[in-house]
Amino acid sequence: MVAHRKTLESICIPVGALAFSLVLFGAFCAAAGANPFGVYASIWKAAFGSWSTFQNTLIRASPLMLSALCTALPARLGLVIIGNEGALVVGGLGAVAAGLALSTAPPTVVQIGMALAGMAAGGLWIGAVGALRHYRAVNETISSLLMNYIAIALLNHLVGGPMRDPSSLNKPSTYPIAEINMLGSIPGTRIHYGLIYGLIACAIAYFLIQRTTFGFAARTAGGNIRAARIAGLPVGKLTMAICFLAGSCAGLAGMVEVAAVHGRANESLNANYGYGGILVAFIARHNPLAAALVSIMLGGILASGGILQRSHNLPDATVLVFQGLVFLVVLFSESLYGKFAIFKEPIVKAPSAPAVTAVV
Amino acid sequence: MATEALGWWGVPLAIAAGMMRGGTPFLFVSLGECLTEKSGKINLGLEGTLLMGAMSAYAISYLTGSPWLGVIAAGLAGVIFGLIHGWLSQQPRVNDVAVGIAMIIFGSGIAFFLGKPFIQPSAPQLATINLGAWSSLPPVQSALQISPLFLLGVAIAPLMHWFFQSTRWGLFIRAVGDSPEAARAMGVSIFKVRMLSVVAGSFLAGIGGASLSLYYPGLWSERVSSGQGLMAVALVIFAHWNPIQCLWASLLFGGAQALGPALQSVGIEQGYYLFNAAPYVLTLLIMIITCSPKRTLSGAPGALGTDT
Repeated sequence: MVAHRKTLESICIPVGALAFSLVLFGAFCAAAGANPFGVYASIWKAAFGSWSTFQNTLIRASPLMLSALCTALPARLGLVIIGNEGALVVGGLGAVAAGLALSTAPPTVVQIGMALAGMAAGGLWIGAVGALRHYRAVNETISSLLMNYIAIALLNHLVGGPMRDPSSLNKPSTYPIAEINMLGSIPGTRIHYGLIYGLIACAIAYFLIQRTTFGFAARTAGGNIRAARIAGLPVGKLTMAICFLAGSCAGLAGMVEVAAVHGRANESLNANYGYGGILVAFIARHNPLAAALVSIMLGGILASGGILQRSHNLPDATVLVFQGLVFLVVLFSESLYGKFAIFKEPIVKAPSAPAVTAVV
Repeated sequence: MATEALGWWGVPLAIAAGMMRGGTPFLFVSLGECLTEKSGKINLGLEGTLLMGAMSAYAISYLTGSPWLGVIAAGLAGVIFGLIHGWLSQQPRVNDVAVGIAMIIFGSGIAFFLGKPFIQPSAPQLATINLGAWSSLPPVQSALQISPLFLLGVAIAPLMHWFFQSTRWGLFIRAVGDSPEAARAMGVSIFKVRMLSVVAGSFLAGIGGASLSLYYPGLWSERVSSGQGLMAVALVIFAHWNPIQCLWASLLFGGAQALGPALQSVGIEQGYYLFNAAPYVLTLLIMIITCSPKRTLSGAPGALGTDT
């Protein structure tokens, strides 16, 4: 029964936090002169209102799922990695390079080649962060952050020079991938296969962490690194393997963006899916299955940016404010676990009440 | 930048100018981060504070016509963000790095939201002290336009060093950052000391934002900061948590930032973006060289990155 209550707590607290951040966001909108209920209705309509808009949400959710794993997996080892954006960008670059190099091969081979190249590029990118952490004790948060900026500079350099398609004038881009080699859509929808990649990656990640000895070793090392060393766990190899996997997920997100959405690499690749992924990972408490659900929710919020601008005259940064509020309140809610002795009775709204002072 | 007249001499001149111009935000943010980290907490959210400071300074300067009021507003905006970060990051089981990332998203969101109407209009800038009046060359004159904010930052660095080394309050902060248990035994409130350090650090970061929008580059846009607030964290590690070394490191980073545009102005177009990445590569290299798994860095606050 105790586990039962614990499960209930771990559902109620995040839901309560989300509800409370909606209230705060409503207050913010009201202060900005918009009708909060109108804003909620618009977000709902733009995100989940109809099958057509829900497809937009799912299209945005797929890179988020993959990018969230870049933070969620290393978190199990106790590492805070925020290099998602950089791994996504180099993954996209790797995918474009593979797609152009293999352009004469059959489409399936090209697509597999692009996915593998994207995963390898992203994996090596974050794997390097893990190696620096292990061999040089370089703080992984800072180094992965710096690598983001380096990756974006690399993108700008390659897109503006060595890989530039001379016909792309206003927005320097690489040569496009042939239409036939692009990732298609799931039959009967506009949703590309990236969503399937994301769902499968989240499922594999969950299985790997929760159900295998590898995952158990990683969680042990994350809990107490000294104990893990004494127990003879190869901490260095674990660190690099997890970082490589994490980076390859974000790299795959870059491949999906290139091969299913843009068709080429340019600055659109750097569309903040990386930072969104960090947010998803923290809200999902680094659980890969929860990350898939949270990605769909955040994808919906992102999809509503346009409608807030059009029908409520709110700037596009409103979505950013909303994300920030959700993130802050969810982080605060971490401190509420175990505080409610009364979790014998399922009181859903309880967690929100003390959070009133959280951000105000 | 009119470096053509000087040819290759323009490059070192532009770098020297970059040290003072581009170095000013680095200086304020890194001093703020240094103060925060000395108390044992990390504030990654200074990037959001920097943007908020830049926006507030620009908006207030435009609305009131007084750039100095803008600087004060930027500091106050920093204080508000510092209060949020200081309070939230000290709750049980709340990770200060995660709070920082949340504050980047929230802070930049608020700054872009409120700053939207101020992208177009031009606000009065801070007056500069022209040390280059002796020269007849315009590039030399423009390079030697020194902002009073830069001088203020240069003055704060040794002052903060003295504060840490020789004052009672400085000792409290170091005690809380190095050994919270000892500080508690001294009867110091860890919560209050950390709160004040985070708030004061955030105040400085806000002023750093004002130097972006009211001095160099002297405008407000969503791309006004190129990650100075985040790099400050690395810069403080590089400076071994010493305010004086923060000053040298800021000058170095400001100069590194000016490298790409300076080389472009003398006709080296190749690798423009790669040169722009110089500060990040530099930081990473410095961390690889100075960090070691065998020892902790000298000067590192003992409680940094732990849950105490």
